[in-house]
Amino acid sequence: MKRLTPRALLLGLAAPLGALVFAAGLCAVILLVTSHSPADTVDAMSTAAQRPRTLVNSLNTATTYYLAAVAVAVGFKMKLFNIGVDGQYRLAAMLSATLAGAAFMEGLPSFLRITMTIVAAMLVGAAWSGLAALLKVTRGVSEVISTIMLNAIATYLVSYLLNPARLAENVPGSNNISTRPINEGGQVTGITVEGSSSKIFGLLFLALAVGFLYWFVLSRTRFGFELKATGLSESAAVASGVSVKKMVVLSMLISGAIAGLVGMPQLLGSSYSYALDFPAGIGFTGIAVALLGRNHPVGMAVAALLWGFLDNTANSLDVAGIPREIVLIMQGVIVLSVVIAYELVRRYRVAAEQREVGRALGRTKALEEVSA
Amino acid sequence: MSTEPSQTAGSDPAIAVELSGITKRFPGVIANSDVNIAVRAGTVHALVGENGAGKSTLMKILYGMQRPDEGTIAVGGHPVVFTSPADAIKAGIGMVHQHFMLADNLTVLENVVLGGEPRSGIGLDFAAARDRIREISDNYGLNIDPDDLVDDLGVGQRQRVEILKVLYRGARTLILDEPTAVLVPQEVDELFGNLRELKAEGLTILFISHKLDEVLSVADEITVMRRGTTVASVLPKDVTARKLAELMVGSALPVPELRESTVTDRPILEVRGLSVTSPDGRRVLDDVSFTIHAGEVLGIAGVEGNGQAELVEALMGIRQLASGSVRLAGTDISKTSTKDRREAGMGYIPEDRHRQGVLLEATLWENRILGHQTRSPNARGPLLDRAGARADTRRIVEEYDVRTPSIEVHASALSGGNQQKLIVGREMSGSPVVLIASHPTRGVDVGAQAAIWDHVRNARANQLAVLLISADLEELIGMSDTVTVILRGRLAGQYDPATVTPQELGSAMTGAGSEG
Repeated sequence: MKRLTPRALLLGLAAPLGALVFAAGLCAVILLVTSHSPADTVDAMSTAAQRPRTLVNSLNTATTYYLAAVAVAVGFKMKLFNIGVDGQYRLAAMLSATLAGAAFMEGLPSFLRITMTIVAAMLVGAAWSGLAALLKVTRGVSEVISTIMLNAIATYLVSYLLNPARLAENVPGSNNISTRPINEGGQVTGITVEGSSSKIFGLLFLALAVGFLYWFVLSRTRFGFELKATGLSESAAVASGVSVKKMVVLSMLISGAIAGLVGMPQLLGSSYSYALDFPAGIGFTGIAVALLGRNHPVGMAVAALLWGFLDNTANSLDVAGIPREIVLIMQGVIVLSVVIAYELVRRYRVAAEQREVGRALGRTKALEEVSA
Repeated sequence: MSTEPSQTAGSDPAIAVELSGITKRFPGVIANSDVNIAVRAGTVHALVGENGAGKSTLMKILYGMQRPDEGTIAVGGHPVVFTSPADAIKAGIGMVHQHFMLADNLTVLENVVLGGEPRSGIGLDFAAARDRIREISDNYGLNIDPDDLVDDLGVGQRQRVEILKVLYRGARTLILDEPTAVLVPQEVDELFGNLRELKAEGLTILFISHKLDEVLSVADEITVMRRGTTVASVLPKDVTARKLAELMVGSALPVPELRESTVTDRPILEVRGLSVTSPDGRRVLDDVSFTIHAGEVLGIAGVEGNGQAELVEALMGIRQLASGSVRLAGTDISKTSTKDRREAGMGYIPEDRHRQGVLLEATLWENRILGHQTRSPNARGPLLDRAGARADTRRIVEEYDVRTPSIEVHASALSGGNQQKLIVGREMSGSPVVLIASHPTRGVDVGAQAAIWDHVRNARANQLAVLLISADLEELIGMSDTVTVILRGRLAGQYDPATVTPQELGSAMTGAGSEG
């Protein structure tokens, strides 16, 4: 990964591409078995891909997926599984939407309002994941269990608060209820694309900045080094003077804060309020995207784009009479096969490197303890 | 030794288990090469050797956890091939692991039947199992009540439950992997009583250990392993602990020795009344006090598991002190963090480099940063200095003769000896004031060993204080200005390396010595 030799690059691409081809092949078989035409499917998807609107929507979906993936990846880097990104972003979006829509905010300058909204979302996300971190370092509760449970609690908390008696109001002319809509001063303007009715989320740049920061912190800072070291070997990190408890708390807080951002592009760029139909489940998609992108800032971006594209072209399949669920199957197969492919490539890489070192030095390893 | 097992043995009991020509290679490493052992039925057979001599790999092969690349296993004279522990159990071979595998919140009965629950129709037949357990317990004097909760049992009792579990599954040959490592002396005596009882009932026991006094007291026959192969088979009456140790270690080693004394009167590391308690409440270090001066190497001899690991971790701030104090160059560091201690100039060569010394899946220069991530040349403020770390890694690779084609390869690609040289080079960087070195030359080839000794000597001449822990007595005596012995968590006696012999140290290490 460190050296961009042609072989290293090839090895890095082999796994995701292999998984993609395998998934496409399997989907073609499934389509054939259920007497649909794979060619028609590809045709329908590529027709959709030529519509600017599909592309804009794909990019927008990818923006939120990317933020969710980075949130998950921060934990993954130190073998911490924040399954709670989903609850964190929903609670954060709901509460920050309430703040952004509040009457007193309307007098403030636009930049300040947006900043306050985003900071509030980050704080709520961090607080919610912080609970899991606290349970882990004080009581040894697995963060997997606690974040899953916190997801459920977040769901109930949001539905409790999203009630006309509390933080929400009825949406005129529908059965929907939502937080007070954010007026223009609190919105983030999108980028207009010719031929598309939807705009590119202005907070796409926020996602890019988060991706850059993620890369910078992990590869260039002491904190990032300690985080990775803890993930690679906790015992070695402890012996090197890393306080693992501190790292658990910090990385969970950062993960939660990024999770808080997940709902922002949608909230400030399109929905302008948190309603019953606010997108849910992005946190789990984020796990898949992080896996596919191997926690790499660019890899996750590619994976998020792929996922966003698949999601948005699925709509066009219905029109062509092909069950759109084929996209879900494809996504599932990609994730499963990529996990296997990465492990195979990793083993190959380790063995190849050992051989290479052995060749370069002209001898094999000395006899030593092996505790396999 | 390796005669054909005779089925009609009269006075000479049949061979219960025979391993012939066992060879096992791991990528780039030979863990076992041409190992031959014959264990006679109804005996306690000890397998001794240093850590890394290949004992554990061999036992994993016998228990079906690993498959040998070459060689054969015969049980009761019939060749067998084990592909899993289940096969070994079927052939009557059971293993009691060093670390118990019991569920605390279940009873003895439930633990024993776990995975092989006795059925009667659709229900479980616990009554029959309970009777069997009682019967086994009575027959072999294990003194276990099937209805006790495992959580309530002591370490010795838990071990007997493990033994009972293996017997319950019909084992006739028991492998005990360092069974005394977790026991206190009284429990060891009890265990040996049990083993004699099992033997009297015709069972065969394969006993793995490196505690020589124990081996001599309980074994009927002893096989010695060194560097992956069996080097000797002896009877306890024919050997002494010293002779066994020589067989274990071999003798073709470069001679460690110090030149003139560089010891000053400036105390660097002062340890007073240091005590450490293990999580289960046992006192693993008891009232340890010593002082190391600038330019002095203090060697600590001891049989593994007598508190060395705890001492080192307590000094590095990885483990909390129950009481006592540690002062570094006059400053009390008893409560400071590992990071602060490292920044204050404590270098650390850990006993288990894979656990504490390197990140296997990180490059060499990233490993150079490990443990020194807060300091130059690796960091500038909160940012890493990647160029600085890389440059300094090249220096270490050069000066310490780390054999590698590049500093960009992962540490896992290097041999253990080269990983160790990298660690030594790293810990010697940044002018440390004290070096805590645990087995610094373990698993390292002869040339690298001599090089590491050279570096320690030079650093000592430059006023470095060194705490040296080693299982290699020659190394300890040759490299130390003062030698002390650790036994059951206490320091027992000081020795002048100029006059002490390995034999004297050896007997002090096992507590058998009469000298004080």
